[in-house]
Amino acid sequence: MGILDGKRILVAGVTMDSSIGFAVARVAQQEGATVLVSNFGRALSITKRIVNRLPEPAPVIELDVTDQEHLDRLPDLVREHVDGLDGVVHSVAYGNPETLLGGKFLDGPWDDVAQAVQVSAYSLKSLSTACLPLMGGGGSVVGMTFDATVAWPAYDWMGFSKAALESCSRYLARDLGPKGIRVNLVSAGPLKTLAAKAIPGFEELESMWSDRSPLGWDEKDTEPTARAVVAMLSDWFPATTGEIVHVDGGYHAMGA
Amino acid sequence: MATTEEIRADLAEIVEEVAGVDAAQVQLDKSFVDDLDVDSLSMVEVVVAAEEKFDVKIPDDEVKNLKTVGDAVAFIERAQG
Repeated sequence: MGILDGKRILVAGVTMDSSIGFAVARVAQQEGATVLVSNFGRALSITKRIVNRLPEPAPVIELDVTDQEHLDRLPDLVREHVDGLDGVVHSVAYGNPETLLGGKFLDGPWDDVAQAVQVSAYSLKSLSTACLPLMGGGGSVVGMTFDATVAWPAYDWMGFSKAALESCSRYLARDLGPKGIRVNLVSAGPLKTLAAKAIPGFEELESMWSDRSPLGWDEKDTEPTARAVVAMLSDWFPATTGEIVHVDGGYHAMGA
Repeated sequence: MATTEEIRADLAEIVEEVAGVDAAQVQLDKSFVDDLDVDSLSMVEVVVAAEEKFDVKIPDDEVKNLKTVGDAVAFIERAQG
């Protein structure tokens, strides 16, 4: 028996087995869910290889969250495998590491910032509305943030995009609540994913995180984050929406 | 045990499939980046495919040391032990 028995879950944004999305897919399967994953562009072929490392086979769907055609056809592609969705995981973000990250905040050009906000924040709305025809009451949308209430070293315009994501999830919670759909975010500590490695200076965050967190922090272990996402997908948070759950070893609650 | 040449040939097939490089070009002295134009995303996929093909684990920290085809073949030989 698992907490996702019978649930049908789409995990958008799985590239490597170090991806947070991969860990979510694995734990969701272990908890009884049928899992579909998506990715786009050149990373799609990596995803198709990497899903073979999951406990169960998982269909891979091509979805560029900025492409309206992809969003429009998503319900049909999902229905080739399952007849609806109980949960959607948004594990998608992009900001040009050359121009937006690593201490270049004052020079970040708008076109790149606009892209970062579209891919990383607006897409939570796009993905949720694209999946609406597949979802009913009791549905759950979960996204991934990195605490956007403060400024961080190196994170720069991606931090700005995460602030937009956090706001987006509150408005989605407002508008999808009447349909019985919950929208929540998990705010994880720094994790050594393919995406994080592209952030110049991110290691600085990692070392201070494990020092300050009362529970400690292992930046290579995506399991605690995945478990929290799966819990939010389950029926065990039925009255929780518009929430941000910290899975960060307790870092956010410490002053020093 | 696979010979060095067998590993090179299998790896060359992977590089051709992933990055569209003619397998005949994938020789031990060639640099993935400078000679074969394998970019970082393609390299990630080559590593994933090689791990499956050769049943080895290539840690992320190791990948940056695999500059040439020969480096990769030597790593795979050692990992297969």
